[in-house]
Amino acid sequence: MNRFIIPLIIFFVLVGFLAVGLRLDPREVPSPLIGKPAPAFDVPQVDAGKTFSPKEMLGKVWLLNVWSSWCVSCRAEHPLLVAAARQGSLPPVVGLSYKEVRGDSEIDVSGMTPEQELRLARSRAEAWLTQHGSPYVLTALDVDGRVGIDYGVYGVPETYLIDKAGIIRYKQIGPITPEALQQKILPLVKELEK
Amino acid sequence: MKAIATLFVALLLATPVLAKEAAPLAQDPAVEQRMINITSELRCLVCQNESLAASQAELAGDLRNEVRDLIKQGKTDQQIKDYLVARYGDFVLYRPPVKPTTWLLWGGPFLFLIVGVGALIAFLRRRGRQVAEATLTDEEKTRAEALLKADQ
Repeated sequence: MNRFIIPLIIFFVLVGFLAVGLRLDPREVPSPLIGKPAPAFDVPQVDAGKTFSPKEMLGKVWLLNVWSSWCVSCRAEHPLLVAAARQGSLPPVVGLSYKEVRGDSEIDVSGMTPEQELRLARSRAEAWLTQHGSPYVLTALDVDGRVGIDYGVYGVPETYLIDKAGIIRYKQIGPITPEALQQKILPLVKELEK
Repeated sequence: MKAIATLFVALLLATPVLAKEAAPLAQDPAVEQRMINITSELRCLVCQNESLAASQAELAGDLRNEVRDLIKQGKTDQQIKDYLVARYGDFVLYRPPVKPTTWLLWGGPFLFLIVGVGALIAFLRRRGRQVAEATLTDEEKTRAEALLKADQ
């Protein structure tokens, strides 16, 4: 009898490890930026002539939602954001249009000047927001993806929750689900707004 | 025959032209070599089983460009790795750093080795005792001696 107990224990421990491992999502790499100040940037907005920098949001709890019109999961996530913003349950959301033109595999940007690319990114982002509705207080344009690198973006959509002091408090990797919004993001917003 | 010779000469002349066309890809071989050395030690976050050097993912291309820029700015290999770790976490390193959260990762194999050697020693001792306990009766001894003699 004793002979079988030890292998049985080892077996169940192994099963336990594998069961936990199966539930983890390898796509979700914890961001080292949590608890650190949101990296500074200054980029043009979709509203021509304006620029946006995160320091303008100091004193507010806000969300930075990174998206693209060519990103399929962004399209899936978008209605939830639009509905929540309309209800007024969300803090201000800033959209960051990530590599709108050069990220689209169907477009070749090698012959484009930066001005042309910016203009095209602006018109494409604007058209998409007109078509699908905008949950954003403003939309900034990360045309070449440099802001994305500073924020450690590796797959749109990604969303950052930033507090009044400009510290990143939470990062949602992949689309915001109704559960993530209700159970994680909104309670954290409420706490940070105190 | 003359036509073939002409074609051959034409081809010979054309080769250097082709070679020149490939040049802009690796503008600075030293930078390129360092970039490859650094990025082959880093993981691509999009295709997680590929290195940053080998991945065809768009982000990997962007990051290779970023590494090229950092090399040109005179950053050391360690500074470049730190730059990427600050953004994407230790996950990008194929050689994770030794720190409290990775002690089990680094020490795990040795732990298993110690447990294994311990189990082996315990097993051998127990078996040694069992073998020693198996003594022969007088009758068996004489039979064994007879068998051994018969073999000679």
